[in-house]
Amino acid sequence: MILSVKYWLTRIRAHLDLPLLIIVLILMTAGMATIYSATYAGDASRLSNQAVSMILALMVMLAVAQVAPQHLMRFAVPLYLFALALLICVAFFGVVVNGSRRWLSLGVIRIQPSEIMKIAMPLMLAWYFHKREALINAKTFTVAALILLIPIAFILKQPDLGTSILVGAAGFFVIFFAGLPWKAMLGLAVSAVAAFPFLWDGLHDYQRRRILTLFDPTSDPLNAGYHIIQSTIAIGSGGTFGKGWLNGTQAHLKFIPEKHTDFIFAVFAEEWGLVGSAFLIFLFICLAGRGLMIAAAAPSLFSRLLAASIAMVLFTYAFVNMGMVSGILPVVGVPLPFISYGGTALVTLMLGVGILMSVHTHRVLVKK
Amino acid sequence: MNDFQHTQRELKHFKRRLLVAIFAILVFFCLLFANLFYLQVTRHGHYTTLAEGNRISLVPVLPNRGNIVDRNGVVLARNYSAFTLEITPAQTHDLEETIDRLAEIVTIESKDRRRFHRLLQESRNFESIPIRTKLSDEEVARFVARRYLFAGVDIKARLFRQYPEGALAAHAIGYISRINEKDEAWIRQSKEEENYKGTEYIGKIGVEQHYEFELHGVSGYEQLEVNAHGQAVRVLDRTTPMPGNNLRLTLDSGLQKVAEDAFAGRRGSLVALDPRNGAILALVSSPTFDPNLFVDGIRFDDWDELNNNPDKPMLNRAIHSAYPPGSTFKPLMAMASLVQGKRRPEQAISDPGYFNFGNHRFMDDKVGGHGSVDMTRSIVVSCNTYYYQLAADMGIDNIARFMGQLGLGQHTAIDISGESKGILPSQEWKKRHFSKPEQQKWYAGETISIGIGQGYNSYTPLQMAHAYANLLNYGRVFRPHLVDSIVNPTTGRIRKIEPQPAREIPLDPKHVNFIKSAMAGVNKEGTGARAFAGAPYESGGKTGTAQVYSLRGQRYIAGRVQERLRDHAWFVAFAPVEEPQIVVAVLVENSGFGSQFAAPIARRVFDYYLLGTQDNTPIKAGKKTEDDDSEGETDDP
Repeated sequence: MILSVKYWLTRIRAHLDLPLLIIVLILMTAGMATIYSATYAGDASRLSNQAVSMILALMVMLAVAQVAPQHLMRFAVPLYLFALALLICVAFFGVVVNGSRRWLSLGVIRIQPSEIMKIAMPLMLAWYFHKREALINAKTFTVAALILLIPIAFILKQPDLGTSILVGAAGFFVIFFAGLPWKAMLGLAVSAVAAFPFLWDGLHDYQRRRILTLFDPTSDPLNAGYHIIQSTIAIGSGGTFGKGWLNGTQAHLKFIPEKHTDFIFAVFAEEWGLVGSAFLIFLFICLAGRGLMIAAAAPSLFSRLLAASIAMVLFTYAFVNMGMVSGILPVVGVPLPFISYGGTALVTLMLGVGILMSVHTHRVLVKK
Repeated sequence: MNDFQHTQRELKHFKRRLLVAIFAILVFFCLLFANLFYLQVTRHGHYTTLAEGNRISLVPVLPNRGNIVDRNGVVLARNYSAFTLEITPAQTHDLEETIDRLAEIVTIESKDRRRFHRLLQESRNFESIPIRTKLSDEEVARFVARRYLFAGVDIKARLFRQYPEGALAAHAIGYISRINEKDEAWIRQSKEEENYKGTEYIGKIGVEQHYEFELHGVSGYEQLEVNAHGQAVRVLDRTTPMPGNNLRLTLDSGLQKVAEDAFAGRRGSLVALDPRNGAILALVSSPTFDPNLFVDGIRFDDWDELNNNPDKPMLNRAIHSAYPPGSTFKPLMAMASLVQGKRRPEQAISDPGYFNFGNHRFMDDKVGGHGSVDMTRSIVVSCNTYYYQLAADMGIDNIARFMGQLGLGQHTAIDISGESKGILPSQEWKKRHFSKPEQQKWYAGETISIGIGQGYNSYTPLQMAHAYANLLNYGRVFRPHLVDSIVNPTTGRIRKIEPQPAREIPLDPKHVNFIKSAMAGVNKEGTGARAFAGAPYESGGKTGTAQVYSLRGQRYIAGRVQERLRDHAWFVAFAPVEEPQIVVAVLVENSGFGSQFAAPIARRVFDYYLLGTQDNTPIKAGKKTEDDDSEGETDDP
């Protein structure tokens, strides 16, 4: 019975969330089309690599969807500690690529522990609040803040502003949904503003430059500002209906940097125009909205917090990326979810989607 | 509070937070959408312009410069294609290192490097800049075999200007060279900036300069799509350039060569005109220079040599240097007296060998005088006394009026630049020329030496040839010109330069014919006789001597005077007398009297032009004869 194909098919179907799957598939199709446009003149291997990553990511999603939230909970502490340990290792033995110590070399493959933290962090915090359910007080929030800040400190140190923001957001959303009082948030906001000068000192030169060029890209048109100037030209010249697929001149004449990874939205907006961008935004709203609906219906505190956090992280990802490419946020290394080229990010994202599906499809079983 | 109630409250709390989250998502995405709307709709036009500017680069395509040929079609200036080795700085990592490595394959001199760096400063980064020009076939082959080692370095074919006859007629043809700031101002003034965007060279002197905008042609444009590295991806649009017009000169290169050779390196100049239409048949300024030196940027040594040579080869003596005309002025004076009714041809004077004016005694060259002298004899024997008297009778302003009509003391409007006006003295000229009141007054005594072509008188060889041409053409004045016609190479359409006389001087043909026959007498029995002995055609002429140095009361003995202070020799001549086809003015600097070098040069020019014969032996200086004129003007008390 367990070995029969029919059993597995039924089981997979039972744990699928069709709306989520459809949204994700549309996004990934748009991603493939845009990657093709951005790279077809050059390296054809990009497209096949991405296809392989996609299949792998879909399998990860399906697999995770089978695992009930209460089983997922068991991974929370070990995964968090494991990821933290790896982050510490990175700080000491990490491989330096492009001036950042982010990678850990394991012989043949290199892994990026901060990527694991993106999932481990919400799992850990959701687990922690779940354990403290009904006993949540100021002390709980303080401990939660420590759980959040220690790994982030390591990631910031690498330095990797983009991942810090995403991991921080994932953790913050759990704390937020766990009921962090508004007064505390206001206090935090005030103290963050007060602490800004010190944080500014802690930033690396290139990070500061990126933030400064956000306010005036033309101040440094050939270096840090070049990315933003060229991507806004691409987006703006796309107009209402875009230049058409494969017709983006900014992309094809190599004016857009990182055109198949972080800046892929510029390529997309140039070729598909405002109509295409609006559709993309609509898809992301649907994705986050569906995630939040799943959270609303989730049976346990753990699954509620986890699902809501994942939904909000997906939104954050999309907003930060599109915001930086269109020039309203500083350039931090955040890819556009499901669209940008890159296997690791895709797998992590689909793991998150898988968790959402799991939360959604296991609630009946739990009730039973 | 039981567990259930607690859970319910907690859930309510949670759902409220979810609403906040959804609200936040909508707000943030609306913000994003608003920004995209601003970029893609409101500012769409602006960004489209920027994107097009990124993508499209307009590259001028240079037209071929027009060729220059002589009246018989001999090519004097043309273009030829040569290989250059060029570097695109944007595609090269270390320029100096690349050049050093290139120097191991092809010869790269320090002047090549200097030029490269100069061009580099003037150019945009993604243009290719020549490091070496005119590569030999072997050098091309050597580089091509190693091209893969040099990113951003390539071989290109470029057109270069070439003057196949070298130094021949260099002052008339001129040369082209790199555009400098002065040229840019000229281009702006002529509203040709658009057309000259990609042009590097421009005519500097001579016909190359004067007809620059005819020769240049109309630049075409290539609309290129370029990528972020400035590399051309494809050609979007192309307007073909229109080649420049060809020029057919009035010069006869054979005649020019005969004339230049006759100078044999002596300083001087010659202008040969066709009196019937003002066409310049030969324009010699000796010594001359090779215009090919300038085309590819002149080497420092060559420039130094040309600039510091005491003989000033770059100076166009034919049109720029003005000299007192000496006795070549006398036939014109005679003509003036006829026109103004001051003398009749048969009126004779008795020449005692001097002319007293006030307490000055003006000397004739011949001690004891020429005896009875009528107008014909005054020209043939070059009698000073006759012209001292004549000048005194006419007065300076009458002389100036007639000489001005003939074209002396003013621009002839020849079609090359650098012409000087010379000096046509008059009361008014003196007033303008001097600032102190006592200098501004004209003294009647000053008129006397004007009569024999000395004093303030000062004309260019071109002006003298032009004045005689006007006289011989019975007053019909054609502007002297070097270009006969402008030929459009595409349509074949021909535009003639100067087909009509510019003006007419009312002259009585009887008077003109009288002067002609008197000048024929000079070449038959006067100072031109030796040079024209045995000529199968009849010619007219007049020798002259321009004083460089005034000998206060002493007789002039050439051997005692420093070479550069010796007199300049003039010879003005025309042939055939019946219907002149050619008139020349020859000036040989510091060579004493006119019959010695100047007249033989004219003879050779006439022999070639009228008979087609050439004599290449060096001109031997003859001895001074009784009849040779030397207008010793002395200040006897």
